[in-house]
Amino acid sequence: MALRNRTAYGFLTPYLLVFAVFWVWPIISSFLISFQATRTVPWRFAPAFNWGRLISDPAFYNALQNTLLILVIQVPVMIALATVMAVLLNSPLLKARGLFRFAFFAPVVVGEVAYCAVFRLMFNLDYGIVNKLLNSIGIASIDWFSSVTPAMATIIIAVTWRWAGYNAIIILAGLQSIPEDVYEAATLDRVSKFRQFIFITLPLLRPILSFCIVLSIIGTMQLFVEPFLITERGGPGSGTETLGLLLYRQGFRSLNFGYASAVAYTMAGLAIAISLLQLRLSRERP
Amino acid sequence: MSSRAANRRRSILLHLFLAPLALIWLFPLWMMAVFSTMPDRGIFSPDIEMLPHGNFLDNVQNLQRDTDFIGAIVTSVFVATTYTFLSVLLTSMAGWALSRYQFFGKGAVVAIILGTITLPYFVVVIPQFIMVARDFHLANTWVALIVPPLFNSLGVLFMRQSFSMMPHELFDAARVEGVKEWRIFLYVALPLARPTLAALAIILFLASWNNYLWPLLINSKPGAMTAPVALGTLIGLTKVSWGGIMAGAMMLTAPMLVVFVLLQRHFIAGIAAGAVK
Repeated sequence: MALRNRTAYGFLTPYLLVFAVFWVWPIISSFLISFQATRTVPWRFAPAFNWGRLISDPAFYNALQNTLLILVIQVPVMIALATVMAVLLNSPLLKARGLFRFAFFAPVVVGEVAYCAVFRLMFNLDYGIVNKLLNSIGIASIDWFSSVTPAMATIIIAVTWRWAGYNAIIILAGLQSIPEDVYEAATLDRVSKFRQFIFITLPLLRPILSFCIVLSIIGTMQLFVEPFLITERGGPGSGTETLGLLLYRQGFRSLNFGYASAVAYTMAGLAIAISLLQLRLSRERP
Repeated sequence: MSSRAANRRRSILLHLFLAPLALIWLFPLWMMAVFSTMPDRGIFSPDIEMLPHGNFLDNVQNLQRDTDFIGAIVTSVFVATTYTFLSVLLTSMAGWALSRYQFFGKGAVVAIILGTITLPYFVVVIPQFIMVARDFHLANTWVALIVPPLFNSLGVLFMRQSFSMMPHELFDAARVEGVKEWRIFLYVALPLARPTLAALAIILFLASWNNYLWPLLINSKPGAMTAPVALGTLIGLTKVSWGGIMAGAMMLTAPMLVVFVLLQRHFIAGIAAGAVK
């Protein structure tokens, strides 16, 4: 047994070392930093300094509200779309399957900077292709970046484009693991395709859908690059500033690590709450 | 109605719905390719232009004038390659340990790894930055880009699963022959795990190639930037060539699209396993 331990930890050590230095310690450290006043050197322990500021900071509530607003619209739309994509890609009637798979899955390999640049050009007020196409069907140009609602919509569209295929891949793998004979039996009993989807497919997909939903919520909660690059630092004003952007501004522009850590732990609290909720929901199966 | 006719109708409906959706989905990529071949006055003209021009090389030159993009690409290739090699090695060693041995603390190790999956990256990024930049003085180095992102939780679980589906008798037989454990790992287990390793390597390479936030924070000095960071600094500047930015976006994206088409199966296997977010 002692020998087994030594061999096992021999294989594990490099990995655990990186884990300890770059994850475990930072998790503890940022918690401690959130209780320190970091705007003057040396830092000093001041438990209420950052947290007190956080609960009375309008910028924090603005960022929280924007993040949650994007989240409650973007995640359901994207998961619904990803489910539809996966179900239709799985259909035996589909021709040119490879082409369709490429169309939906290709955004997965596109980097954030590259796709943000394209979306900025496409949604440009005077020269963007989106407004030109809207004009050609008789709709007036929309100034996507200078008022809040269209700017939010642009971000939601961009994130959905980038991640729907990613989720469709996971859901498609789930669909393919459902045994054929379940459907054969239902078809023999003259259950319509639509009812098969509602009463067989969806319940069997539930664990996979909830995995996708939780990962998407946590991903969108950390939204940073899109408002950073597409709507330019959360503009107009701070209309699309998210928690991720607030943290970046506080931590890495103003170098106020204490306050940024408090924002980070707020995100972590939300993430833990959502994971626990999902765990509870997945336990009480119908 | 015969079931054949019903299938036919269903098939037409399916394609009528899916084809426009696919076109919308391809549209941003198509426009990226088109923009990358257009001069700036073409991009900012009032006409609708959706077909490629011949200006790609001029755009690359304009981009190179705005920032040293070729240098940044070299950095990105080196970093992503080294990262992928090291990460696959660390991850598969850990996955092997977790699948093959019963050892003290195994349950705790697995639980902690699982626990980090849903933890926001922002919780660790501030101390990582302080540590690497201030304590280790490693900002703007390759080490800073490669080492901190090496930890990855889902990859280990992916490798562990792959190893535990292999026949154990094989490894036990080798041990009875007196083969050392690290040799069993290196010469028996790893070759058997080739498809999983390929999937993992592709996903890790992609993640490193596209990584933006950490390189933006830690390597912001002009000569030390990765390609996405170099490109990102141009977005939002006024006197900058957008044809150049699009050419850069295309140079970042096109190789990955080729890899995706050629190795689609591995790719999809990696993502379906949730190997890396």
